[in-house]
Amino acid sequence: MSILDFDRVSYQYPGEDFDIIDQLSFSVEPGSFHCMLGVSGCGKSTIFRMTNGLLQPKAGTIRVGGRPIGEQKHYCGYMPQKDLLFPWRTIGENLALPMEIQGGFSKQEQRERVDAALTDVGLAGCRDKRPTELSGGMRQRAAFARTMLTGSDLLLLDEPFSALDFLTRITMQEWLLDQWQRHRKTILFITHDVEEALFLSSSVLVVESTPIRALREVPVPLDYPRSRHDLTRPEIVDLREGLVELLRKQVKE
Amino acid sequence: MKKANRSNLPALIFLFILLMLWQLGAMKVNAAYILPTPIQILQKLWDLREVLFTVHLPATMLVTLVGLAISLVLGLGLAVLMDASPFWQKALYPVVVASQTIPTTAIAPLFVLWFGYGIWSKVLVTVLITFFPITITVYDGLQSARVEMAELLITYGATKRDIFFKIKVPCTLPYFFSAIKMAIPMSIIGAAIGEWLGAQSGLGYFSRRMMTQLDGAGVFAPIVLLSVVAMLAVALISLLEKRVVRWRGEF
Repeated sequence: MSILDFDRVSYQYPGEDFDIIDQLSFSVEPGSFHCMLGVSGCGKSTIFRMTNGLLQPKAGTIRVGGRPIGEQKHYCGYMPQKDLLFPWRTIGENLALPMEIQGGFSKQEQRERVDAALTDVGLAGCRDKRPTELSGGMRQRAAFARTMLTGSDLLLLDEPFSALDFLTRITMQEWLLDQWQRHRKTILFITHDVEEALFLSSSVLVVESTPIRALREVPVPLDYPRSRHDLTRPEIVDLREGLVELLRKQVKE
Repeated sequence: MKKANRSNLPALIFLFILLMLWQLGAMKVNAAYILPTPIQILQKLWDLREVLFTVHLPATMLVTLVGLAISLVLGLGLAVLMDASPFWQKALYPVVVASQTIPTTAIAPLFVLWFGYGIWSKVLVTVLITFFPITITVYDGLQSARVEMAELLITYGATKRDIFFKIKVPCTLPYFFSAIKMAIPMSIIGAAIGEWLGAQSGLGYFSRRMMTQLDGAGVFAPIVLLSVVAMLAVALISLLEKRVVRWRGEF
């Protein structure tokens, strides 16, 4: 059974005269890591925003774990591009936010889970620090830990590393793969960076045109764990050039 | 502490020079009923300390505090209402702005006719002057809360209440302190104006009475006292702010 299911979903932005998402169907199997690749403004974030409930589809059904999302709460963890750590809260207080809102956790439980999550992302000892005291990469790790603490099995990461410098970004990519392999969550990851998509995903979901009527699934012929060195293999280089070509064609149109 | 002293030093030197010039100028004019020297004012303050501190300062402070309290409740209420509902924003914002075009000092004598010589006519002047900066600043603060943050909380399943207390309130706190720091001097000025126009006690009233007696230093003494009180109050709020707001503009 698939964890996420789009069934002929359409969406139209108010003020526009076409459906940016048009009868889109696709599904995602549990425990997988997919990157959604597309040029800026193609509508890939719209798919995320419908999945996490911030936008209501005009038609069609979105199911998570087999059930329509309208019937559920806390079914997905969403991490936007900006870390959005609240500057008036310490790192620990930021991480506790999902639990505070879901309710049902004692202060003690919250603290234990926050500490465990911080240790897990390599930020042990940062609980009482302020977000401004952390570097960009550390902030993203804290934001990821906060997303993990939603307790959801489906994680939607919307270009989380695009604002980081190159070296931090590739370190974070390796780090994220390690996190994914240890926790076995399902990750959907939006990016417009072809290399990032190839390095991270088991298969890339490519947005070929806007309006989005289908996602083209391009499998990446690499096993996990991976290293950056694998990206220099001839078949991966060919795949990368093919994807770049595909995206470029779209920009021209 | 040392650093603070150093940064205040130029201001203190400048103030001292101004006071010196005033002292010299006033000594040259030599007409204390029009232009008393700073030293004469301080002497007057000391001579009148009994009546100023036990009768008139408490009277003015009562008006200030009551006016400030009403302004706070009114300002916060209006700001929250306008932030929560576009309808109320559209309905109230222009009226609130328009209320500031009323020359309060000019119609204040009417308040005395309506409410008499008690504190309420003065409180009304104070509120009219003070509620505006509170409303507008706090409203700006509420509006500064970022949509992305609210959206993130919504994906966690947050209610409007969660968003208000976990995002809006903390975002508004620095604005709230700015509003208070603006409102304190304005409310004191409002109270003094109210007393000028008609009262039986208060520093504004006292200053005016000294005017009729051609006592220049007596006019200035209560005004100096008011300024000092306002400065102390603002300093106190700034201290409190430093303890409560540990961040500012760090998105």
